[in-house]
Amino acid sequence: MAHALLKGDTGEWEMVIGLEIHAQVLTKSKLFSGAATDFGAAPNAQVSPIDAGMPGMLPVINKLCVEHAVRTGLGLNAAINLYSVFERKNYFYPDLPQGYQISQYAHPIVGNGHIEIDLADGSSKTVGIERLHLEQDAGKSLHDQHPSKSYVDLNRAGNPLMEIVSKPDMNSAEEAAAYVTKIRAIVRYLGTCDGNMDEGSMRCDVNVSVRKPGDALGTRCEIKNVNSIRFVQQAIEYEARRQIEVIEGGAKIVQETRLFDTKNGTTRTMRSKEDAHDYRYFPDPDLLPLKFEQEFVESIKKTLPELPDAKKHRFMKDYGLSAADASALISEKPRADYFERAAKGRDAKLTANWVLSELLGALNKAEKELEQSPVTAEQLGGLVALISDNTISGRIAKEVFAEMFVTDKSATEIVAAKGLKQVTDVGAIEKIVDDVLRANPDKIAEYKSGKDKLFGFFVGQVLKQSGGKANPAIVNDLLKAKLGKG
Amino acid sequence: MTNLTHLTIKEALTGLKKKDFTVSELTAAHIKATEAARHLNCYITETFDVARKQSKESDARYAKGDGRLLDGIPIAMKDLFCTEGIQTTAASKILKGFKPPYESTVSGNLFRDGAVMLGKANLDEFAMGSSNTTSAYGNVINPWRRKGDDKPLVPGGSSGGSAAAVAARLAMGATGTDTGGSIRQPAAFCGITGIKPTYGRCSRFGVVAFASSLDQPGAFARNTEDCALLLQSMAGFDPKDSTSVNCPVPDYTQFLGQSVKGLKVGMPREYRIDGTSPEIIKLWESGVQMMRDAGAEIVDVSLPHTKYALQTYYVIAPAECSSNLARYDGVRFGLRVEGENLIDMYEKTRAAGFGKEVKRRILIGTYVLSAGYYDAYYNKARRVRKLIWQDFTEAYKKCDVLLTPTAPTAAFAIGDNMQDPVTMYLNDIFTIPASMAGMPGMSLPVGLSSDGLPLGLQLLGRPFDEGTVFKAAHAIEKAANFTALPQTLLSKVA
Repeated sequence: MAHALLKGDTGEWEMVIGLEIHAQVLTKSKLFSGAATDFGAAPNAQVSPIDAGMPGMLPVINKLCVEHAVRTGLGLNAAINLYSVFERKNYFYPDLPQGYQISQYAHPIVGNGHIEIDLADGSSKTVGIERLHLEQDAGKSLHDQHPSKSYVDLNRAGNPLMEIVSKPDMNSAEEAAAYVTKIRAIVRYLGTCDGNMDEGSMRCDVNVSVRKPGDALGTRCEIKNVNSIRFVQQAIEYEARRQIEVIEGGAKIVQETRLFDTKNGTTRTMRSKEDAHDYRYFPDPDLLPLKFEQEFVESIKKTLPELPDAKKHRFMKDYGLSAADASALISEKPRADYFERAAKGRDAKLTANWVLSELLGALNKAEKELEQSPVTAEQLGGLVALISDNTISGRIAKEVFAEMFVTDKSATEIVAAKGLKQVTDVGAIEKIVDDVLRANPDKIAEYKSGKDKLFGFFVGQVLKQSGGKANPAIVNDLLKAKLGKG
Repeated sequence: MTNLTHLTIKEALTGLKKKDFTVSELTAAHIKATEAARHLNCYITETFDVARKQSKESDARYAKGDGRLLDGIPIAMKDLFCTEGIQTTAASKILKGFKPPYESTVSGNLFRDGAVMLGKANLDEFAMGSSNTTSAYGNVINPWRRKGDDKPLVPGGSSGGSAAAVAARLAMGATGTDTGGSIRQPAAFCGITGIKPTYGRCSRFGVVAFASSLDQPGAFARNTEDCALLLQSMAGFDPKDSTSVNCPVPDYTQFLGQSVKGLKVGMPREYRIDGTSPEIIKLWESGVQMMRDAGAEIVDVSLPHTKYALQTYYVIAPAECSSNLARYDGVRFGLRVEGENLIDMYEKTRAAGFGKEVKRRILIGTYVLSAGYYDAYYNKARRVRKLIWQDFTEAYKKCDVLLTPTAPTAAFAIGDNMQDPVTMYLNDIFTIPASMAGMPGMSLPVGLSSDGLPLGLQLLGRPFDEGTVFKAAHAIEKAANFTALPQTLLSKVA
């Protein structure tokens, strides 16, 4: 799966994918002004004269943004540049009040790094990070508010962004999705970005090209502003197919910027290379080069939490979890924390199963976040303990869990109140087994003549008779002995 | 009562303290003078109501005995400084009617210290010019005339309105900004004193930007002492300007009158430039003699990259200007000329809003920053700029200040030097190198040309060593004893 090749008329094609992720730095104020950055405010309610590009206004760097950029760089295992430069990227647009965007170009704050991405089959892959730089966001043009006019909302103008640029190391839509998922997990762990793609605080530009395996890189197209992981996958799949068709049709790929249409899952030309702006980057004379000492970096390093990849490997090593389970658990920090609390002193693998299947399933169904879970980690651990010590069976446990989810009771309380304690008394179970066998002589005959599947029927009957309380292992053993097969 | 408009700032402060006259009287005298001299076109916007209100507040403070550093001193504010609620135009049509909702740090500092604002002074459009002829509000006329010639002369630029107002006794002092000589050259042309401090000394917050790495606010007055008082108020670290420098501001007046004995005064040999008027060379030599007589030691120094300064400046300054002026797009403030679509609106607005010189510099700047030309022009200019800075740093190992002419000629007639832009640009040949290097500089009047026009000399100092510049300038001021008045005033006084 990791290296999915696409079939074309002329043979197999390989996709090459690189991503630019714009992650809004989690701060109260903008990159160069004191205006607020809250999402969802009334239009133009969070605009300082600096953000509006008023005459004589000057940018002053928000120190917290610098800290967060360094923090994120460390989370990406990247080189931190003690010297970086803010430059002006010049172009005209109504939602760009200064007529230029302050960004970093030749000297970004963060250089080369790498992260590990987790794939569905449990394998993982390293993806290189080219750079991370700080820049201002633009405002928003609203074209649908008036029949002939466009409106401009500058609330977003000047918001701090980290642009995280990957190397072209991904070869499938799945890998790209896993990359975005991992970046989002990392920034959330670090607290440097909330990762909310639906609010636009994380957006992706996707670069896609195709080539015959082993060939040099093909011409790429950039798909701008894709705002969900699902769309990233759709856009890549469509775009790769389109490029293969173009090439196999005898034409050439034109380097261009494209837009993803979320309605029909296609991409279309936004502007070609010939129309590309000459941005005339030059160092912003209003801002001195950004310089800090290694001690500043070290002081931030000291406050880093355990990061997703480290946590994943620890979960695999310390708890004996599979790569897939470990990846699923660490994908969100609250989930990993919940698991660790629940697994304390319990069977870790069993706990992982319960968190990932029963708990997340129930939460999903109830449309609740983990933080709102009616079952605490400790309560879930208590349930797992009852399964481990054979007090209840897995089947009964599901029943108990369902009860726990809607009440405030612990597993022990529910088991006691409902008399669900598992029957492990061999004599008592044997009596039920005998009853069942006696009642089904015809089935025994069938079974003995080779209909092996009927074994399950006998187990089911015994469990049913016991009200689900009979220990399944004992039931199995007894049945096997009595039916003379096994 | 003496003619109040002829007092120096220091004299006026003394008179106010002694209650010889009130601030309201002082202001009224200046308003009257301004009304009588409107033909000089010094102001784009007169702010007499503001001045009267500030005067009353100032008088109240004097009554309580708590007069401040500049309390009650009527000044002109270059119309490049944003003043809250008061039209700020940068002498451009594109900002007509623009009333900033904020105050520049420098004007705010002056108001904090009690200064009274008479008006927003005329200037070259966006401070781009050396003769105040590019203003969308008409050129300013220099109060000086050539002997026996009534031809109106330019006041210099870009801070022409500020310089002319101070020279014509319409204001006791004025703010200016200097990007390549915009304080020093008009000070020389108008026979007054002007200081451009070190880059980073005065905040640029709220100053309409021309070329951010060069722009520096400074002051005009009629002598070094008054300049020292004004700069004292204007200067200081401002966290709102990232290029402002956190370096203590000394009491500048303490340097005035200090002995220059043993002070090393450098004469850069590259400043003997062809085309400089012989009178200016003579003036320079007499200035050198004055320093020598006062006990200073004259040192021959070299600033080898001087010959590249002008070309370098005309790459860097337009590059920054082309980007700084992108915000005047008709979308949010100032002029908008409606168009068929967005691009059409941009083009029409900027075509109508900007004057010829501003357009020329935007074009040059866009060109030198564009792909394919960037290295040949912009990057090379940045490298040369570093060499120019090194020139000064090397020179200051041998001397404490540099003494040079301020401009290659005296004030010229309106319409002269207009045939091609390069001739005009040559006016700033002596002032631009120090701007490129960010060094402090001051111009003061030292003598008159044969046809009766003031001529100035320039003193340049080490970074943040305005004190030594004041000290040296004061020594020359004393020796030169320049007391000439513009002819237009003489006739009135007499």
